[in-house]
Amino acid sequence: MDLTTTIAGLRLKNPVLTASGTFGFGLEFEDYGDLRELGGIVVKGLSLKPREGNPMPRLAETPCGMLNAIGIQNPGVECFLKEKLPRLPWRETAIIANLYACGVEEFGELAGVLSAEEGVAALEVNVSCPNVKEGGAAFGQDPVQIGRVTESVKRRAGSKPVIVKLSPNVTDITACARAAESAGADALSAVNTLLGMAVDARTRRPRLANVVGGLSGPAIKPVALRCVFQCVRAVGIPVIGLGGIASADDALEFLLVGATAIQVGTANFLRPDFAFGLARELPEALASAGASNLSEYRGGLILPD
Amino acid sequence: MTRRTCRELTVGELTPLGQSERPGEFYRLRLLGPGFDDWKPGQFVMLRPSCWDLELLWGRPFSLAGADEEGISVFFQVVGRGTKRLAGLAPGDRVSVWGPLGNGFALESDTRTLLLAGGVGLAPFLGYAAAHPAPGKLELLFAHRLPLSCYPYAEMAARLRVEAIHEATPADLPRIIAGITEKIAEYAPDGLVLACGPTPFLRTVRQAALDHGVRAQVSLENRMACGVGACLGCVCRDGLGHHVQVCTQGPVFWAGDVQL
Repeated sequence: MDLTTTIAGLRLKNPVLTASGTFGFGLEFEDYGDLRELGGIVVKGLSLKPREGNPMPRLAETPCGMLNAIGIQNPGVECFLKEKLPRLPWRETAIIANLYACGVEEFGELAGVLSAEEGVAALEVNVSCPNVKEGGAAFGQDPVQIGRVTESVKRRAGSKPVIVKLSPNVTDITACARAAESAGADALSAVNTLLGMAVDARTRRPRLANVVGGLSGPAIKPVALRCVFQCVRAVGIPVIGLGGIASADDALEFLLVGATAIQVGTANFLRPDFAFGLARELPEALASAGASNLSEYRGGLILPD
Repeated sequence: MTRRTCRELTVGELTPLGQSERPGEFYRLRLLGPGFDDWKPGQFVMLRPSCWDLELLWGRPFSLAGADEEGISVFFQVVGRGTKRLAGLAPGDRVSVWGPLGNGFALESDTRTLLLAGGVGLAPFLGYAAAHPAPGKLELLFAHRLPLSCYPYAEMAARLRVEAIHEATPADLPRIIAGITEKIAEYAPDGLVLACGPTPFLRTVRQAALDHGVRAQVSLENRMACGVGACLGCVCRDGLGHHVQVCTQGPVFWAGDVQL
């Protein structure tokens, strides 16, 4: 079955991407599969300068999910371009840079640096990280700010498609989706993590040093599906679905509500070869769901009259 | 460099150890299937039983106590939800195993080497003692709270010089710290000290080694989601105060290269 997928002119060999922050720079997973089998890799969030991230502990396991408060620890865009990107099979697999910045101008500057690179296939704008005080969430919860950041990135992105990654921690995600689209976004990713918290009843302390963190994993899948469903109906640009995908059937569900492609996030922690397996299983899963091809199945949700 | 893999192994034996006050707390787990013929003591594996479904998402990291072509052995103590469920495995159950991960301990065949283990931190030294070409150069100092039968201590005693110090109550701590410090000092200036155990134990070892100018390595045990360097959940601070990943840059660090 032909799984070729196009997002804003970007051609992917299949609709399976790995989500930012869960797959490193891809290189960490080379021993466990062939990176060229993936539709794309969205790398760890990049900032102009290296960031140390938040204090420990940064992770907590919760029922069918996990909380993280990493705080965009990353070696900076320069290190990525010099030391990581040249080692990635970017001619065969889409390498999508995830951008994090503290201000509108800084987002634009970062986009300018990344868009000059042949090996970067697209830019995913992180306006939705719940774990950093400035930037992230503050932008992601305000449609006006989402518009400004999108414009700033788009202005410096050259020919690279700009994907805006949305937060579910809002009253109306469609307002955010439309704001990004109006500002020129070529695609959306939905959703980032849900703001959550875990405490220890005995030590009387929060389980994360940051107190709150982002919830991910199968526990959030129903929320993510709903968000993708709403976004797909609100905008005309492609939507990449993510949030709790942990099987090929989960991926089908996102495609069915209209996602053009999907990202595998927390499930990469179930086992390091998970995303490779999902990409391999997808044709059979589609066939067993009675799909003759991917585009026929995509968006084919049958709603009650 | 050994190529790491992710593969399915099956539970061979799960053996409870010792007669502690809390029975069923310590186990030796032998997993069968294609093991690793090329690994270094101090390296670890991530284990995730198939029967965990999606309730517990993460695998759990364990030091390799032994590995060969037929399978691998690890030791664990029941401390949380994951290890509690590991203790319920039965022969034949399937477990995803990825590794060998991390860097492993320094092995210098001609150097007097002190092994310092706290509790279940003894596990990697089983493999170390087996791999060392001159066990006569090795000595083990073992700090423990529960009876010795809870740990693979007898196996170590059969191979090398050993000494155990028992922490019965917190009041014993100053005596234990003094004992560890004194022993470390004996390895200055040309010996090697390797340590694995709880963080307060490693803190003592690190400080004593730095104070006495003894080369020392400590093996850290942080919570991990992936084990392969992607989640950034297991970081510690290096000598300069920067975050480094325990899973890929460790778990073994030179004492001067890590802050505890």
